Amino acid sequence: MKQYILRRVGYSLLSLVLLSLTIFLFIRLTGDPASLLTEPGASAADIAAIQHKLGLDRPIWEQYLLFMLSLLRGDLGDSFYYQTPVFELYLSRLPNSLTLATAAMGFSLVLGIPSGILASVHVGRFWDNAGKIFALLGLSIPSFLVGLLLILFFSVYLEWLPSSGTGGIAHLLMPAFALGWYFAAAHMRMTRSSMLEVLGSEYIKLARLKGLPESRVITKHAFKNALIPVLTLAGINMVQMINVAVVVETVFAWPGIGRLLYEGVSFRDFPVVQGVVIMGGVMIVVTNLLIDIVYALIDPRIRMEA
Amino acid sequence: MSVTIETTTVPAAVKTPGRSFFSHLREFPVFPTSVLVFITFVAIFADFLAPHDPQFGSLAERFRPPFWLAGGSLNHALGTDHLGRDVMSRLIFGARVSLVVGFTAVIFAGVVGTALGILSGYLGGWVDQVVMRIVDAWLALPALTFAIFLAAIVGPSEMNIVIILGLVYWTRYARIVRGEVLSLKEREFVRLAVVAGCSKMTIMRRHILPNVINSAIVLATLMLGVVIVAEASLSFLGVGVPPPKPAWGVMLSDGKQGLMVGYWWLTVMPGICIALLVLAANLLGDWLRVKLDPQLRQL
Repeated sequence: MKQYILRRVGYSLLSLVLLSLTIFLFIRLTGDPASLLTEPGASAADIAAIQHKLGLDRPIWEQYLLFMLSLLRGDLGDSFYYQTPVFELYLSRLPNSLTLATAAMGFSLVLGIPSGILASVHVGRFWDNAGKIFALLGLSIPSFLVGLLLILFFSVYLEWLPSSGTGGIAHLLMPAFALGWYFAAAHMRMTRSSMLEVLGSEYIKLARLKGLPESRVITKHAFKNALIPVLTLAGINMVQMINVAVVVETVFAWPGIGRLLYEGVSFRDFPVVQGVVIMGGVMIVVTNLLIDIVYALIDPRIRMEA
Repeated sequence: MSVTIETTTVPAAVKTPGRSFFSHLREFPVFPTSVLVFITFVAIFADFLAPHDPQFGSLAERFRPPFWLAGGSLNHALGTDHLGRDVMSRLIFGARVSLVVGFTAVIFAGVVGTALGILSGYLGGWVDQVVMRIVDAWLALPALTFAIFLAAIVGPSEMNIVIILGLVYWTRYARIVRGEVLSLKEREFVRLAVVAGCSKMTIMRRHILPNVINSAIVLATLMLGVVIVAEASLSFLGVGVPPPKPAWGVMLSDGKQGLMVGYWWLTVMPGICIALLVLAANLLGDWLRVKLDPQLRQL
């Protein structure tokens, strides 16, 4: 057990090192990082100062060590536009992203799980087909398009909901749906296949033989077990949502991390872009590690495998 | 005392000769294929089909609505945008951008990913370790964020977008192909080839590659939709195809400003095009997956 966890932690650390190396090398291979890391129109003296600060005159492995050291200190550089540390900016936007992701997750689970159950109970019939179409559309229509169409309908024509910004629940509804539909489709598919697997098992047969009413078999016996893989997926997707929300946040001017990334790109604020990418990678590696560890704690078979 | 449990078993599909041809025909995805063929046709013959120049318009004719609305005319059948450019012509040329970027990026990612997947799976050892650790690390980066980061470094152009999307998505091919190679490696015919003295290169090229190509093609079809959405998203965010070129994502982004004042066609028209193309690619991918490669069903 200890060995398994140690090995997983080791792999995660290796992933993080490779990630930082990737980002470091991409910046250096594609030109002069000093020109990316100074404001557009900076003077030659400013560029020279940055070059010295980044140690661009030193050997490349030394540069990488410096880069890693500042990362470990939580130093992602300063934003040109806001003139504040990127890390602080990131933390100040995180709550908004979490609010949006939580709402979108709520949407996706409320839509995805019941429709997945309905589909699995009615395989090949109306509800199954309706669910398939719903999922296919969710996976095919890009979230920014869903967002724009929602604005057109609910803000421009009906004038029911505000088209941008933060505030009450009304501000949250459209972005949460635009972001959540794709994930609702994924959760629906997962619930359906997981339910089908459980419904074919022996203990469900037994529950039916005992004479339990079908509704009880489905809700009590099948659903509870089918839920585990769905919740795992939802956990991974929660982190994904924070990181893929960039287009939805741009459409609705929602001041989260995605919007920060967009501002970074459009203001040529490179430290912000770099910081958001690094934090996204770190968040996902750490989440994967936590999931692996929790799995190992719950399921002894996984521990033995390793 | 014995209890007999009657379980209903699903009868195996009865196959009668002569029926299978028609059922195949019925199963054939007519809708997605015709959408893809139509869009490809439009993209190839864009120069002949487009009624106007997609990049120039006259400011006197800004924001003309589609022909069926008051103020619209058949000269600009789907209206004009904020610079007076013809929407239909831009959609027609936009099809070319989407398809060229989509196909080349998918092929680029597929070739790199399949090659590294085969090398990694067949050679094993340190090659496998290096490739797979990179795959693990890169898969941890959210795809769109990674693409935006790369685009911010190298600057926007069609060529750069293809390279960026290839770099972001090859990892998915590599992981799946490697898994298949691991099981192929243990099969008789590969062992016999080793005994027969074939070189590793020959085995990988002649014996492994033909057996993983099906999965790579299925994955490529499924990735086509993903890549097209990614290109549209990058263009929408202003780091994709640079503006004068008519890309659907750019059109959506331009149309966003007109949305609040009711110029809906600037958003809805390119939106429909993207959604149709991606839907068709996804449907075709799903169909191919079931047809060609039952092992990939859990993807």
